[in-house]
Amino acid sequence: MRRIVYREWRIESSRYWSMLAILAGVIAIGGLAALYMEHHGHWVTGMTNSVVWGTPHIFAVFLIISASGALNVASIGTVFDKSFYKPLGRLSGLLAAALLVGGLLVLVLDLGRPDRLAVAMTTYNFSSIFAWNIFLYTGFVAIVIAYLWTMADRKGNPYKKPVGTFAFLWRLALTTGTGSIFGFLVGREAYDTAVLAPMFVVMSFAYGLAIYILVLMYSFEQDDRPIGPLMLKRLKDLLGLFVAGVLYFTLIYHLTRLYGAQTQNIEHFLLLTGGIYTLAFWLCWIIVGSLLPLGIIYHPEHSKNPKAIALASALVIFGGLAAMYVIIIGSQAYPQEMFPGKTVIEFGTPGDIGGAVAPYWPSLPELLLGIGGVAVALLITTVGIRVLQFLPESLADRAVDPHVAAAEARGR
Amino acid sequence: MSEHKQQPDTSHQPDAGRRDFLAKAAGLTSAAVAAGVVLHTAAVAAPRTTPVTDIKRWGMLVDTAKCADGCSACVEACEHENGLDLQEAPEGINPLKWDNQRSTWIRKVKLRDNLTGRITNLPLMCQHCEQPPCVDVCPTGASFKRADGIVMVDRHTCIGCRYCMMACPYKARSFIHERVAHKLTRAPRGKGCVESCNLCVHRLDNGEDTTACAEACREAGHAAIIFGDLNAPNGPLRDALREVNSRQIREDLELNTGVRYAGI
Ligand code: SF4
Ligand code: SF4
Repeated sequence: MRRIVYREWRIESSRYWSMLAILAGVIAIGGLAALYMEHHGHWVTGMTNSVVWGTPHIFAVFLIISASGALNVASIGTVFDKSFYKPLGRLSGLLAAALLVGGLLVLVLDLGRPDRLAVAMTTYNFSSIFAWNIFLYTGFVAIVIAYLWTMADRKGNPYKKPVGTFAFLWRLALTTGTGSIFGFLVGREAYDTAVLAPMFVVMSFAYGLAIYILVLMYSFEQDDRPIGPLMLKRLKDLLGLFVAGVLYFTLIYHLTRLYGAQTQNIEHFLLLTGGIYTLAFWLCWIIVGSLLPLGIIYHPEHSKNPKAIALASALVIFGGLAAMYVIIIGSQAYPQEMFPGKTVIEFGTPGDIGGAVAPYWPSLPELLLGIGGVAVALLITTVGIRVLQFLPESLADRAVDPHVAAAEARGR
Repeated sequence: MSEHKQQPDTSHQPDAGRRDFLAKAAGLTSAAVAAGVVLHTAAVAAPRTTPVTDIKRWGMLVDTAKCADGCSACVEACEHENGLDLQEAPEGINPLKWDNQRSTWIRKVKLRDNLTGRITNLPLMCQHCEQPPCVDVCPTGASFKRADGIVMVDRHTCIGCRYCMMACPYKARSFIHERVAHKLTRAPRGKGCVESCNLCVHRLDNGEDTTACAEACREAGHAAIIFGDLNAPNGPLRDALREVNSRQIREDLELNTGVRYAGI
C-alpha cells in the first residue's frame, strides 16, 4: 500500500473562522444556560425529586458512550490489524477525546454544586462506580492522547500496538462502567440488570461510528478530498452490523425484563402504555433510529449513495438520543415499585407523584446545555483537524486498498 | 418561637457559608459532618462529647394497624422539626411542580390491596439501610452511615450529582432545587445538595431518645411509631418487634433496614 499522507484541513480561512464563531456562539449559549440553572437552582429545569436526571444527562451519557465508540475505528486498524482502517485512526482518536470532553462538561455543569468539582476530584468513595468513572474518563483522555502520539510520531510508532490495545481495553471498561452506572441501581425496575453494560458497549459502537462517519464525510467533502466507494461501503456495513447489534441487545433486555415477574409492569409501561416514552421507544428508537437506517444501509441502490449513508448515520444518532431518553427519563418517570400487590393511592404531599408516572418535560436551558456539549466536541474536532495532521489526503479506493492500486497499475 | 431561628441564605456564597457554618459549629450549634465525628449542640445540658459508636443502632417500628387514615401528625412534626416548612416556593413556579420539587423527608402513604381492597396507611421515610445503596454509589462519600446506623448527607461534600437519589429504592431523598432563604441551624439546607431523614440526629446527639415523628404520633394518640435502639435486647423497640410480625419494605433487596413495618 502507498504511504498515507496526512494533511491539515485546508478549507478557506473565512469559512473556518465562521465555523468556529458559530460553534463558539452555541457553546456560549450553552454556558449561559448552565449559569442560569446554577444561579436559580434546578427548579427552572423540568427535573423534580422523581426525575432527577434530565436532558443534560441524555446528552452527557450519549456523548460519553459515543466517545468510546468513536475510538473503535482506530482500534480496528491497530488492534485487529486491518490496514484498511489505518488511515482513519487519527481522526478516530481526536473525535473520541473531543466527544468525551463535551460529555463530561455537560455532566459537570449539571451538578447541583458544579463549584465543588474540586471535592469530586479529591474525595473519593471507591465503592461508587461513579468515582471509578471519573478515573476511567480522565484516564481515557490521557491514553487517547498517547495513542494519537504513537500514530503521528515516528518515535511513537513501535508503541502503537500496545498503546492501541490498552486504549481499546480501557474504552471497553469505560463503556461498561457507564452502563453499570445504571445497571447497578437495584431499586429501579428498569435498571437492575447486567445486560445494560454490554448493551451500552454495543450502543457506543453504533453511535460513535455514526458520528465518525458524518464528521469524516463532511470534513472530506468541504476540503475536496475523495472518499472511495470501497471505504464508504466498509464503514456503512460496519454501522449496519452495530445497529443490528443494538437491536439484538434491546430485544434481550426487554425479554429478560418480561421474563421476571417483578419487572413486567415497567415493560408494560415502556412498551405499551408509557405515552411519550412508548412513542420514543417504538417510533424514534426502533423505527426511525434503527430499522430505517438499516433499510438504507442494506438497500441495493441507496446504500451506494453517500448522501443516503450520511442520512442513515444521522438517523442512528437521532435514535441514540431517543434511546437515552427512554432509558434515562422513562425509567425514572415510572414510579418505583415498593409494595407488590398493592396500589398506591396517596403518596405524601399533594401533587407528589409516587405511585403515578412522574411528569417531566425538558426545559430550554437543559436542552441548550446539552447542545453546548455537542458544540464543544465539534469545536475541538474542527480546531484539531485544522492545525494538526489528522485527516488523510485521500481515502480513494486506490489509496486504501492495495488490490485496487495494483489493478489500476496493471491497467495503466 | 425560638424553634425557628432563621438564617440568611448563604448557600450561593460557599465560602461565606462555610465560614458562617464553622463559626456556629465552634460557638453555637453544629450538625454532624462526618461519621464518628464529635457532635455538639447548644441549648442542651449534655451535648455529645464522644465519638458515635456502634453500641446502639437506631431504628423504628411502624405498626400500620395503628396508623390512622387522614392523620399527618408525623409529617407535620418532621417538617417543623427540620425546617421543611420554611421552604419557599420560587416566584412564579407552578404549584404542582413545586410539590414535586420541594424537599420531603417523610410521606404519608396510603395503599390498597389489589385483591382484598384493604387500605393500609403508613409513614415512609429514609429506611436507614444497613447496606445503604445511596452510600455505595455516592462518588464523594457525602452520603454516609454513622456507626449508630443513621444514614445522612454531609452537605459540605455533596456535589449534587443526585446519584444517591437514583439508587435509593425508597424515594427517600430530596434535591434542593431552589435557593434557600430560611433554614434552621440544626438542619442546614443548601441549593444544589441532597438531603433526607436523619432520624432527628440533633435530638439523639443531645441525649434525647426519640424523633419528632414518633413523639408527634404518640401525642396524637396513635403511637404507631416506636423509636429506639435495635441493639438493646430489652429495649422498647425490641420488645415491640418481638410482639408483632414485622417486615422490611422491599425485603428482597436485603438492605437490612432500620425501619420495620408491621401489617404490610
Ligand atoms: S432508604 Fe434510601 S436514603 Fe435511606 S439509607 Fe436506604 S438507600 Fe439511603
Ligand atoms: S448528590 Fe450528594 S450525597 Fe448524593 S450521591 Fe451525589 S454527592 Fe453523594
